Amino acid sequence: MRHLLSTKDLSRDEAIAILDLAEDMAQAQTREVKKLPALRGKTIVNLFFEDSTRTKTSFEAAAKRLSADVINFSAKGSSVSKGESLKDTAQTLAAIGADGVVIRHHSSGAPRVLATSGWIDAGVVNAGDGTHEHPTQGLLDAFTMRKRLHGEASRGKALDGVTVTIVGDILHSRVARSNVWLLSTLGAEVSLVAPGTLLPVGVETWPVTVGYDLDAAIAAKPQVLMMLRIQSERMNAAFFPNAREYSRQWGFDDERLARLPEDSLVMHPGPMNRGLEISSGAADSARSTIIEQVANGVSIRMAVLYLLLTGGAA
Amino acid sequence: MSTYVITGASLPDGTTTDLFVSGGVFVDAAPSGARTIDAAGLTALPGLVDLHTHLREPGFEQSETVLTGSRAAAIGGFTAVFAMANTSPVSDTAGVVEQVKALGDQHGYVTVRPIGAVTVGLDGQRLSEIGAMAQSRAQVRVFSDDGKCVSDALLMRRALEYVKTFGGVIAQHSQEPRLTENAQMNEGALSGELGLAGWPAVAEEAIIARDVLLAQHVGARLHVCHVSTAGSVDVIRWAKARGIDVTAEVTPHHLLLTEQLASGYDARFKVNPPLRRDEDVLALREALADGTVDIVATDHAPHPLEAKECAWDEAAFGMVGLESALRVVQASVVDTGLLTFSDVARVLSTKPAEIGLLAGYSTPFAAGSPANLTLYDAAARTVFATEHLHGKSVNSPYLGRELPGRVIATLHQGRPTVLDGALLEPQEVARG
Repeated sequence: MRHLLSTKDLSRDEAIAILDLAEDMAQAQTREVKKLPALRGKTIVNLFFEDSTRTKTSFEAAAKRLSADVINFSAKGSSVSKGESLKDTAQTLAAIGADGVVIRHHSSGAPRVLATSGWIDAGVVNAGDGTHEHPTQGLLDAFTMRKRLHGEASRGKALDGVTVTIVGDILHSRVARSNVWLLSTLGAEVSLVAPGTLLPVGVETWPVTVGYDLDAAIAAKPQVLMMLRIQSERMNAAFFPNAREYSRQWGFDDERLARLPEDSLVMHPGPMNRGLEISSGAADSARSTIIEQVANGVSIRMAVLYLLLTGGAA
Repeated sequence: MSTYVITGASLPDGTTTDLFVSGGVFVDAAPSGARTIDAAGLTALPGLVDLHTHLREPGFEQSETVLTGSRAAAIGGFTAVFAMANTSPVSDTAGVVEQVKALGDQHGYVTVRPIGAVTVGLDGQRLSEIGAMAQSRAQVRVFSDDGKCVSDALLMRRALEYVKTFGGVIAQHSQEPRLTENAQMNEGALSGELGLAGWPAVAEEAIIARDVLLAQHVGARLHVCHVSTAGSVDVIRWAKARGIDVTAEVTPHHLLLTEQLASGYDARFKVNPPLRRDEDVLALREALADGTVDIVATDHAPHPLEAKECAWDEAAFGMVGLESALRVVQASVVDTGLLTFSDVARVLSTKPAEIGLLAGYSTPFAAGSPANLTLYDAAARTVFATEHLHGKSVNSPYLGRELPGRVIATLHQGRPTVLDGALLEPQEVARG
């Protein structure tokens, strides 16, 4: 694997191979000495044009546990905020000798531009680009589902027939896109629930079923219910009347939690707006995988960085 | 003044003839001492006229100048271009349009006809000094806020009414602004997948529908810039059937390229209006063939490298098109059997000149008519490369793509600007 830019590019075998490698990484994390020497001498740059403490920390932990040198390059307060272009930044990183670049960018497609421009030779991991994709989030979500459903017997398995309902701002969500492509590649049955304003035009061509009614979706007893964050800037742009109405129609509250089957998973990519798209009761329930998702994120990112920097086949 | 005999050229109607040029016009018989240009196997087309060019001067000389844009035009077979008003300062006063025209006259490669802004500073608030521009030495007849839409319905109505005074025309950039805030590419399944904000077809079609009804109501003439959707074609077809005085243009890129090219996020393919679906391309080709869309216009939009070497949503809209226009038209509508070269002469010369009230193009090749022509080798085929670009900018979507055709010679008012497939030097072309 040269780059990881989107889950849409991943075949079923490649995806399962990444998940399996992440199992190995997770196992290594249970040892007393968590650090593996796999990427000793390699330099990984976290290039974050958007604030993201969670994702950046996760990638940093993953790289360090593989013994790579990590350079954090955040746009704020750097030459990037003084108008330096992606091209100049990339060429700077190439000159520094980066082997891998983990990029988070506000523009959809920026990681692909970086990977295909010829400005830099390093492997590129998309850590979230605009409203396009967030492939390691999709992978860690799939990993989390597989682990909950199959436990120790996860290796080699896909998600055939698993019913997953994703709820919320599909239009602007890179998490939703990465999950839709990856989960359907892995055989899951994905459905989306959102107000019409937060579904992209053309969603009928996606490998999903689409609905508007969260209560109907819950009544269908999905095995996984994934809630998406509602960003505050959407409130002022007439995508829905106000937060109260959104919460009433599409928020996963305690009352809806009670109607969800006991063994269904409740997921959220974080950070959460407690009380808006998800209640504290739901977020903190035994069915919630939210903390596991964070832990699994490190394992997935270790697997991805390992594959990219060692030229391994996924 | 130079005299020429052009031997064995195939005219657009398919007949083969010799053409004689003297004193800047076509003449009936070979003038004495004439230089011979062998045109055997070449198609003679009337000098091409582009109703939609961005020459960028004054203000954006890092992208293009009147001289460099004129050279790009000449090598593309053009002898006249209409220069859009989004310069800096905006071409909204007699002074600016006279300056642009004077630069064009001085360089001599093509006739440069400035387009005047409809509103002051393209701000969409107040009408610019349309009358002063019309009466200036630039004799502006086409007015456009291109790049921006005259979205205020009342202002658009007033503009349509006002230019009637001297037979002018409003060329509208049809883009409903609220529906296209931050829009990046055609809105559809692909924009959803790529996570790029959509530019819906309805934002174009709704403005065209409104404008044709306004034109009908006030009895004015409307020209629609760069029509890009099948729905727009339907609206224009309907308007023409009702007798509304509307004309429309399509760009070469909307005749050949589709939105699929956005999937690699290569900003060379970012343009406004955006590349659309296959079915839109096919509808536009048919509309050009049946006359619903009247002309091809390039929307030549040069940008420096740094405006394209970046993330998609940070990149500028637009692509250069003068050098490739005729070749792309051949590839998209001639080689596919929809248009003949006689039609090409109409959509790239006679008709755009008529819409823009540009004299000298109504009876091509006739004795006494200005000798504007291009000799074109339709049998040539090359991979389009930067060496084929002669403006200042290289933001062409065709680089690396094989295209048919090659312009061998261009004569502007009886004087060559291109000979043997190469541009003449500025000092050979310049006029006083």
